[in-house]
Parts: sequence; C-alpha cells; structure tokens
Amino acid sequence: MELAPYLILGSIEGLVTAAVLALMAVGLSLVFGVMRVVNVAHGEFFMLGAVLAWFVADMIGGHPAISFIAALFIAPMLVGSLAIVADTTILKRINYDPERTIVATIGLLYIIQQVTLMTYGSNARPVEPPFNQRISIPWFEWTESGLSMYWPWGLGTTTYKLAVIGFAIILLLAIWLLMTRTRIGLIMRATQLDRDVAQAYGINVDRVYAMVFGLGAGLAALAAVLIVPIQQAHYLMGHDPLLLSFIVVIIGGLGSLAGTVVAAVLIGLSDGLISVFFTPTLAKIIATLIVTFVLIFRPSGLLGKHRP
Amino acid sequence: MTKTSKPILKPLLTPRLTGRRQVLKGAAASLALGAVSMPLMGRYAQTQSAEPIKIGFQVHRTGIGAAYGRWYDRTTMAAVDKINSEGGINGRPIEIIAEDDGTDPKRGAEVVEKFATQHNADLAFGTLFSHVVYGSAPRAGELKIPYFVVSEGHHVASGALNRYTLQPGITDVKSQVQAMAPFVADNLGKKVTMVYPDFAFGHDHRDYFSAAIEAQGGKVIEKIAIPPTETSFTKYFPKIPRDTEVIYHVMVGPAVLTFVKEMGEFFGSSRPEIFGFIDSLEATDLSSPGLEFLEGTYFWEGNPRYAQANQSEYDKAYRAAVGVDANGASVSDTKDVSTYAHMFGCWETLHIVKAGMEASGYSGTGDRAKLIEAVEAMTDMPHSHAHPQGAKRFNGKTHQTFGHQYITRVNNSRLDLVHTTSIEDTLYPDEVDYTKQSF
Repeated sequence: MELAPYLILGSIEGLVTAAVLALMAVGLSLVFGVMRVVNVAHGEFFMLGAVLAWFVADMIGGHPAISFIAALFIAPMLVGSLAIVADTTILKRINYDPERTIVATIGLLYIIQQVTLMTYGSNARPVEPPFNQRISIPWFEWTESGLSMYWPWGLGTTTYKLAVIGFAIILLLAIWLLMTRTRIGLIMRATQLDRDVAQAYGINVDRVYAMVFGLGAGLAALAAVLIVPIQQAHYLMGHDPLLLSFIVVIIGGLGSLAGTVVAAVLIGLSDGLISVFFTPTLAKIIATLIVTFVLIFRPSGLLGKHRP
Repeated sequence: MTKTSKPILKPLLTPRLTGRRQVLKGAAASLALGAVSMPLMGRYAQTQSAEPIKIGFQVHRTGIGAAYGRWYDRTTMAAVDKINSEGGINGRPIEIIAEDDGTDPKRGAEVVEKFATQHNADLAFGTLFSHVVYGSAPRAGELKIPYFVVSEGHHVASGALNRYTLQPGITDVKSQVQAMAPFVADNLGKKVTMVYPDFAFGHDHRDYFSAAIEAQGGKVIEKIAIPPTETSFTKYFPKIPRDTEVIYHVMVGPAVLTFVKEMGEFFGSSRPEIFGFIDSLEATDLSSPGLEFLEGTYFWEGNPRYAQANQSEYDKAYRAAVGVDANGASVSDTKDVSTYAHMFGCWETLHIVKAGMEASGYSGTGDRAKLIEAVEAMTDMPHSHAHPQGAKRFNGKTHQTFGHQYITRVNNSRLDLVHTTSIEDTLYPDEVDYTKQSF
C-alpha cells in the first residue's frame, strides 16, 4: 500500500461525501436560517428523493442517462411540493412554534418512512448511473530511468463519482447566486432578518416560508438523486445523513451558507481520510468531538455571524 | 379555524441562543429516534378451532434482513402448505403466527416472548441474523419454548446458547468455512485477504477460515471488518495488500450490491482471484450492471441458485413449490431474486419439526421437552422431498446439523456448480453437550 495514491482515493471518497452532505445541509440550514424551524424530517426528504428517483428511472426506462436526468428534475420537484404541502397544512397551523415544530417534524419523519416501507418496500434498489467509467488512479515512482508514472494495483474510482463532486459545486454556486443576486434571495434574507418588518413591507411571509421549506426539501432530494447511482435507495437511508447534516450545520454556523459548505468539506474529507487510514468509527468520533469543541469555543459556529 | 398571528415579542428574544439550543434539541431528537424501532405488521392468532399446531415465525420483515425475511416467509408458507396438504402433523394442521423482529435483537426477544405468553405457540422458529438469535435465545430458554433457528451462525454448536435452541435445518458457518479452505488453497491461492461484516457472523468467518486455511498451508494476510450498516465501501479496499492472491468476501445487508460493484470499480481488470460467500449477493441479480467483473470468480452456495445439470427431482419439486424459476428468481417477477442459498433451511426445519413431533407423540405445550429429545435423537437425514438441499447429519449433542456445501463459478452471468463437499469435510469436534443440560 502506497501512501500517496491512498490519500488521493481517500480525498475523492471524502469529497463525494462532502458534496452530498453540503447540498443536504444547505437545505437544512436554509430552513433553519429563514424559518427557525428544526426540520427533523429532513433525512426523510433525502430518502424520498432517492426512492422517487428509482420510481422515475423504473417507469421511464430506456438509456440510463435519460431516466437519470428525468429523475434529477422530477424527484426534487415532487419532494419540494410535498414539503410545501407539509408546511402549509402542518407547520403554519402550529405557528412555527420551536418545540412543536420539532415534534411535528418527528411525526412527519415516521409517516414518510412508514409510507415508503408500505409502498416501496424494504428492498434496496439501484438506479443506473448515466455514465460510469472506471479511472485508474496513477502515481509516480523513481525507477532506473528516472521519474515515471505507474498505476498502483487495483486503485480506481469512477467518472460518475467525479461528476457528483462537480455537479454539487455548480449547484452550490447557483444557490449562492440565488440568495445574494436575485430578488427572491433578497426577500428570503429580509424574512430571515426580521419577519415582522418584512411583512410590514408587503412581503408575503407565508409564501416565503412555504417556498423555503420546499427549496430545503428539494435540495435534500437532489442530493439523494446524485448519490443513488452510487448507493441504493432504501427506506432507512435518511438517518445517517440527517445526523451528519446537523453536525455540519452546527459546526458551520447556523444559517451561514458558506460555513455550511466549509463544514461539509471538513467533515466529508476527514471522514474519507480517517476511514481510509484508520476506521470509519474513529471518523464519527472525531466529527462529534469537533462539534463539542466548536460549541465550547465558537458557539456560533466557524462562520456563524455574531448577531447583536 | 382562527388564525393567530405570531407574538410580537418573539423577535426580541435572542434568536442566536435559542436557535442553537433548538438545533441541538433536534439533533438529540433524531439520535433518540434511531434507537427506537417501531413494531409493525403484527399478525394475531385466530381463535382456536381445529386445534392447529401453532408455530411462531420470527421473521425479518423490516431492517437490514428484509430480503431474507421475504423469502424465508415464502419458503415457510410453501412448506406449511405441503405438510398440511399431506395431513399435517399427527393429523393436526400447522398454523404460522408471523411476527416481524425488525432484524433487531431486542425486538427479537420480545417476539419470542409474545409467542410463548400471548399466542401460546408450540414453538418459535425462523430467524436468520445471528445477532437476533443471540438476543432471542436466552429468552426462549427462560420461557422454555423450543426455538428452531435457521441462522447458519456457529452460536448454537459453540455452546453459547441453551437446550431449547436448535439448528437442525441449516449448516453453520464453521463447518461451511472449514469445507471451503481446501478448495481455496488448492485452486485459487494461499495468501488470502478477508472482507467480512463486523459482527458475530463475520467474526465466525474470520476466526474459522483463518484457522482452516492455515491447516492447508495458507495464510490470511489481512482482515478487513466492515460495519454491517455501511453504505460506501471503496474506502476499505486500499487496505487489501498487493501480494493478495485471493480475496475472500462475505457481506450482508441492503448495501451488498454497492459492495460488490465498488470492489469491481476498485480493481478493474487486474483483480486477484475472488472467492465469495453468496451472502454478498443474496437476493441480488447477478446480471446487474457493474457485476461483469465477477465472471470467473467463485462462490460458496448453501444451495445452488441456478438449477444445475444434475438437478435432483427433490430440488425441482421444492423450487416449484416455493415459486422459484431455474435462475433462482420469483416465477412471477424475474427481478425478484431469491435467497436460495439459505431459505431451504426453513423448509427442512419444518419437516424436522414434523418428524420430531410425530416421533414423540407431541400433543401440546406440555410435551415441549419430549419434542426436543426426539429431535436430539435424530442423526442421518437422507436427500429427499423433506431435505431437497441434500443429505444431512444432525448432531443431537451440539444441536447442529451438518451437510454438503456447494462451490459454484460465475459463467456467463450464471452460477455453475464446480465442487460439492462431502459431509465429512464439514465435521469438527463437539464443543458442547446440550443433552446434559436440564430442561
């Protein structure tokens, strides 16, 4: 085992985790930042995205690329719409009261999970990636003829994994532009700063809330559609990513998009590298320790704004 | 419905502090939720009419064992239909009371308790995952209800359990693994890297294969344990040493397809020899995209998934009764691949229960000890309609059965039989004598 190619592999694996985690955690952070709602059902929106991607891919059939692209649009739309319905029929009715929203979203979690179990079943089902070529990871070594490139025994990744990383970066940039450069983003930020003043200026706060909740759930679903060709859709798949998202959001700083992304990369990379060099359990231990230290020494998170 | 507006004071409270606490609360809540499993889909006993023999069926309907549970259920129902249509047990029909154990040891023990106290079942039967057996068997012993497991773990024969727990219908990991080692060492290579799930079942593989391959002059050069709930595997593969001649893999859970696919992506065309336990691909279609690299690799199978050239009339009848086609998939859905290497154990165990009850003149729960003694007295069981997987030799002292093992090779996306072990290959010295324990 050579150290350096090992490091590259660990980084790629870590970045794939980070990419998916960043998208999901940004959704969670957005919902919390704007609405002050702790959405415990966020992991189930993720799971639902993966399951719907399977349904879409199964129904459309044909070339994997076509069904995958269809899933990429349809699954987040459906999940987002479901979240909007949940917002207007449940969360709005309990006035976004912090304690009650936690309980309500726990209920939502169970409903989504059990309905999925009853309809989709307990199987893990694969979705075919749109493309998937194996790439050997090269490295350099000194031989008698000088520096030469070689391909270590059995060390490979796939084009699709690299594409997931790239696609997530594009999406995150798009969200950043949406929040900072568009009128909708301005309205969302205004609502985040002060709900009542925003309302006084004629912003339809109810609509903004519904939209943000839908957007947050849609992002979780999108993350799931990206990961489902690598892993598989399973009705229990939402739990671990939910916990990791909470960790990321706390480390990054509540409501701070940049902080969330930084924390996702930090957690993803450390998970990948520590898992490769030591054990995945140690990676989880360290992630949780980081949360503890961040809470002690920087309670507002790495990039959380110190609000007055 | 009246709509109340948000209290005007709310924004004046410090949002930052309350916010963080809120998130922590949410995180704590989600943690707690992970620990709770919901009891599901209980099926309740009907009123006694024809005095049926009530068999409590502990089944993995949900959780990581769900694919096995689905097929254990179908096999069990097919066996019950067969036995009932042939006159039942001592003229009494079998009634199955199925309860989901969620593939969870704590729930498993509750299910056993429910069979004993609420349903007043004659015996408990069924489950596969070894941690559930470990969790449930002590309760079965306390409640003095016979517990027939179909788990293939070594826990029964190791002496860790009790007189009420028996495994007469499926062989255990220790004997399977031991019988594989000569084939691996003679045909594939002597330097082995093992990849296995990090719980009792995987540890059985690790311990018994390491010892068995050393007896053949080989060596396990690296042991890679993977948590059974893991969903991504590439990060484990770099630990495989370069001088590995054979990879020995066994994996369980919903992510098995990902595991095998990522192994292929890791190695590309330069793979070493690969020997796997079919557990890594149970209920998974061998022609799934990404599995092409398995061509020419070998598998242990408890019972060959694909109908072989020398298929017995017993396998033919059993296959038809359960509803499995010649490729090991459901006759009604070719994508629904069975857990063919394991589920025969349910069929055979129910036939053994029938034989044991008839030999002991079983009449009710008062005769439970007599039933166990009758099963303990059993030895050779011939290849027959009751034992379609092959002949068995039951050891009454260790409560464990021994039988033939099959090694198949992937040829054109199907598994062709290349080697059948003898029963003698699978025997090892007794580690316990349960018959010395009192009832």
